[in-house]
Amino acid sequence: MTKKIKNLNLNFGPQHPAAHGVLRLILELDGEVVEKADPHIGLLHRGTEKLIENKTYMQAVPYFDRLDYVAPMNQEHAFALAIEKILGIDVPIRAQFIRVMFCEIGRILSHILNVTTQALDVGALTPSLWGFEERETLMTFYERASGSRLHANYFRAGGVHQDLPVGLERDIAKFCETFPKVINDLENLLTDNRIFKQRNVDIGIVTKEDALDYSFSGVMIRGSGVPWDLRKSQPYDCYDQLEFKVPIGKNGDCYDRYLCRIEEMKESVFIIKQCLAKMEKGPIKTFDGKISPPSKKEIKQSMEALIHHFKLFTEGYRVPEDEIYTAVEAPKGEFGVYLISDGTSKPYKCKIRAPGFSHLQSMDYLIKGHMLADVPAVLGSLDIVFGEVDR
Amino acid sequence: MKNLIDLEKKINSELPTKINKTKIKHNQIYIEINKEDLIDVLLFVKTNKDAKFRQLIDITVVDYPEEVQRFKIVYLLLSHEFNQRLVLSYFISEKEVISSVTSIFPSANWMEREVFDMYGVNFKDHPDLRRILTDYGFEGHPLRKDFPLTGHIESRYSEEQKKVINEPVKLEQNYRNFDYESPWEGTKYIKEQTKINDKKN
Repeated sequence: MTKKIKNLNLNFGPQHPAAHGVLRLILELDGEVVEKADPHIGLLHRGTEKLIENKTYMQAVPYFDRLDYVAPMNQEHAFALAIEKILGIDVPIRAQFIRVMFCEIGRILSHILNVTTQALDVGALTPSLWGFEERETLMTFYERASGSRLHANYFRAGGVHQDLPVGLERDIAKFCETFPKVINDLENLLTDNRIFKQRNVDIGIVTKEDALDYSFSGVMIRGSGVPWDLRKSQPYDCYDQLEFKVPIGKNGDCYDRYLCRIEEMKESVFIIKQCLAKMEKGPIKTFDGKISPPSKKEIKQSMEALIHHFKLFTEGYRVPEDEIYTAVEAPKGEFGVYLISDGTSKPYKCKIRAPGFSHLQSMDYLIKGHMLADVPAVLGSLDIVFGEVDR
Repeated sequence: MKNLIDLEKKINSELPTKINKTKIKHNQIYIEINKEDLIDVLLFVKTNKDAKFRQLIDITVVDYPEEVQRFKIVYLLLSHEFNQRLVLSYFISEKEVISSVTSIFPSANWMEREVFDMYGVNFKDHPDLRRILTDYGFEGHPLRKDFPLTGHIESRYSEEQKKVINEPVKLEQNYRNFDYESPWEGTKYIKEQTKINDKKN
């Protein structure tokens, strides 16, 4: 007698803690083996691109903080670079170092969150408690520079909003001395941990070819052994003046991606140290009064500065007609902005290319044939943040 | 090919009838083609040993509602081997159906779904063309220029019906889009002006 067995459909999320946000994943299960995964996204869709089309270039910056909200400044960087390239303006060297330094702080922020929550998903609580303490310190640096812990709104076309406050450089340098020890502690807990390895080694393997086919970038492609980092291959700002290594994985599984992230954090600390050493006093934004607003002091004294101030904050600066795609190496992968300007003070079209979107797309391919318990592990190593996937 | 100009020549000579226009700016190569040649051109740039644009970065659309061919479809490609970026584009009118590229680039699946969702462009041979970012049961295509910023419906929890309900948007004040007509021409004007002045001096 044959019995007909029906596959079980399971709704994973949208309120599941291991879904890393609002992901609704429809899983088709044969026993405990996943046959098919169909991610339903868009539960956090806010129409960012539409809103940006209706805002001036300066008003559009805060929307970028809200994409990948664990590393806000990296997103702003891509937008600032796009405008700068169209306008053809140079960024003062101090501003470049400040931006790169905060981008690396963003990278550490994002990687701490990812590594520790991935550990949390597979059953280790302590790393997240230790890691979040460091994130708090880093967010204080964000706050001291920009005024807010998360949604910084700090980068501008032509530089940054304000110079660093007194003492911040010293404190960041101090952090660079203590942080490597925390990475070591985390590694002691996880890298050789038997349970962590059982849950991650040989799970969610991505081959080189598939990584290219599925438009992977960042750690997802490096974990599979493709040496590709936009900071090296298409350097922007002052990355060409800095020394750093690009860690790549061998097997392309979740464990290799974890190792890559740990190594990248160490490299980021190294980059921050170099930035601090090379940073000299100087201007922090372009002098072009038609793009960067004047200082408060100038407004009080100069008629022209007052006019500029007024025009910049009502109408905004105009960007000549052009079309450009710029990308930066955000912590999660290639974050790009495809910008079309039409000569007015608002972008005609601003398409945001989020790395998480193409990573999550491959969920079906990654999880097919794995056990149900591997879903959080794979999802964790994809490094998904719904702010950027849903936009 | 490492050199963009060589690559531009190569593409033009290999596909003379299929390329309408090529241009190099911002260190990227921009190519305009016809709708019918999409698959051929994509296969060529993906597989040719001098191009190797192995990765599809994104697909997007630009909407020009006042034109007859209102949608400009844009494909962003990346070649890891030669470290180059390519922007491929063509124009279609509103009702036209275009071929899906999922057979060449598997990652195009969601990108095309997004384009379908946001602009209402239809794809032929797509394995699973559903809405992706908008809500279940959503109507309209939000990124079209004629779709209002505020949308058409708003959701709220109804105390009487004990569930979330959708209603037409009611606004006390409409979104105000200021038109800045002013002699303040922005930076380019100033730059040109100073150049002319410099020449005079």
